[in-house]
Amino acid sequence: MTFRRKLVSVSVLLLFLVATLFPALLSGAYDIDAGKVFSLIWSKITGIANSDITRAEEIILWEIRLPRLILAVTAGLALSVSGAAYQGCFRNPLVEPYILGASSGAAFGAALAILFPHIFLQGQLTAFVFSLGAVFLSYSLVASRDRIPPLALVLSGIIVGALFSAMVGIMKYLAMDTQLREITFWMMGGLHYATWSDATLNLAAIIPVCLLLWYYSWRLNILSLGDEEARSLGLNPVLSRFFVIVAATFVAAICVSTCGIIAWVGLMMPHAARLLFGPDHRWVIPGAAILGAIYILVCDTIARTLTSAEIPLGIITSIIGAPYLLWLLRTKGRTAYGL
Amino acid sequence: MVCDTHLPFEHGQIIMSIRNLSFSYGAKEVLHNVSLEITSGQLCGLLGPNGSGKTTLFKCCLGFLKPDSGEIRLGNTLLSNYSHKHLAAHVAYVPQDHQPAFPYLVREMVEMGRTPHRGMMPVLSRHDHKAVDHALERVGLRQLADERYNHLSGGQRQLVLVARALAQEASLMFMDEPTSSLDFSNQLVVWETARALAAEGISVVICCHDPNHILWFCDNVAALKEGRLLAAGLVGSTITRELLEELYNRNIHTEQVGSRTFIHPSFAYLTRC
Repeated sequence: MTFRRKLVSVSVLLLFLVATLFPALLSGAYDIDAGKVFSLIWSKITGIANSDITRAEEIILWEIRLPRLILAVTAGLALSVSGAAYQGCFRNPLVEPYILGASSGAAFGAALAILFPHIFLQGQLTAFVFSLGAVFLSYSLVASRDRIPPLALVLSGIIVGALFSAMVGIMKYLAMDTQLREITFWMMGGLHYATWSDATLNLAAIIPVCLLLWYYSWRLNILSLGDEEARSLGLNPVLSRFFVIVAATFVAAICVSTCGIIAWVGLMMPHAARLLFGPDHRWVIPGAAILGAIYILVCDTIARTLTSAEIPLGIITSIIGAPYLLWLLRTKGRTAYGL
Repeated sequence: MVCDTHLPFEHGQIIMSIRNLSFSYGAKEVLHNVSLEITSGQLCGLLGPNGSGKTTLFKCCLGFLKPDSGEIRLGNTLLSNYSHKHLAAHVAYVPQDHQPAFPYLVREMVEMGRTPHRGMMPVLSRHDHKAVDHALERVGLRQLADERYNHLSGGQRQLVLVARALAQEASLMFMDEPTSSLDFSNQLVVWETARALAAEGISVVICCHDPNHILWFCDNVAALKEGRLLAAGLVGSTITRELLEELYNRNIHTEQVGSRTFIHPSFAYLTRC
């Protein structure tokens, strides 16, 4: 695919994302027509009150649906970009934040912060620290001198993830009723508690780091060749990989701390982007980011409109994601991943 | 820090000098007191049985491993004084044929060779594209530029890696057993390419298991056994029956056909079996 065609594909995806924003804003238990959405956003930008919009509509749009939309889009970005970055720097198309244990580590950190708010003051920071710990643990369990065996990394990630899930279980056992409710929400993954503070945190933390990882995409290409080749091409593989792991874990942990554990997205979206654009990370990262944003947005809209009660988002993404991984392994496993 | 006055090198100048190099993995000494000079514009074959330390020597020369004692100089400057990036602009590595984790296009593989010259910016300049096209042209893979690297044959993949080293504009290339998994014709293509590079003033160090190939195509040879340098020099005078018998611990015959020397095992011994 030529540069121009890739550019067109990215633009089409972006348009598609914009097009999915409106159904997401408009659909729901309360019907609001498109004109009102525009006039509300316009009145918020200009600061001029609009008498057409009722107070209820304003609250539903501005305080419920819009932050939720921002959360969905940024969560999609965070999970897909971190998945693509992990896959490149570990040379392993089977890893993502959930499989590497980053999500469970972050959930454990968040649970700790809920249970002991006096010791762990900053929930997001605690989530990030434990998430980073989990990823480095999975990585150091299998890394030998110059090779990271792909399946062994997946296995050790699952083991580390199980360990942290078990520790979240202990936290749940120790928790009071309200704390238990909060922790359970983290484990399931969902956007139903969306607030503006979460949305602005996601916007401020996830978007700049995702852009930084995009800027790092050339290094990711080179890292994906292996450490010796990277070194012979003038890149310090250890330092670069360390940076990529920290940045990818950061966005994944922020996403977990605001939206809970949403599995498989980080695996599916980079792969879908690779089918569209080829393996070059300069295209995989933006492609996966937009696809991920669309995917979470669509899944979340389904999650809250399919039934009268809400289905947790993590359940929907897993129902679609697990068979996708199975299909990936059966069709491409042998040739592409050396399994 | 880095003195560049001697780069690029004149034909016949010493580009890399290795002095009294020793290296051990833990308690196991892999290289012992190796001294070798690599001359620019020449093809140097590295001969030695499995486990003789060839790969370790390569890794030391490429800066992957730090020698325990002794020194390696590129030009007049110690290798350890070069940054990763700076070293990569002068010395390239052509690894053994392998499958990459992701199915990059041939062009993308070669583009990565531009890294030491362009930094890590995601967009290539016109000059970079020119260098990539030129490198592909040189190895005759221009038509395959938009193919997937892992769909090529082993020989073509090896040539792509050579093209990447060319795009790197390195004056010294280390090729790790480039012909080991190739059929006869592809082996010849790789050797011909290596010769053409040497003719253009690039020094190439090739590690190879076939002494005949080294005799036919290389200018110089270095023979390693158990981490020690047994002999080094011009191929004609260095590769002798005695050297090969000492290297491989078996009877070896040499035969002169016209001006060419051929090395073969003792066929009398074979028929006796």
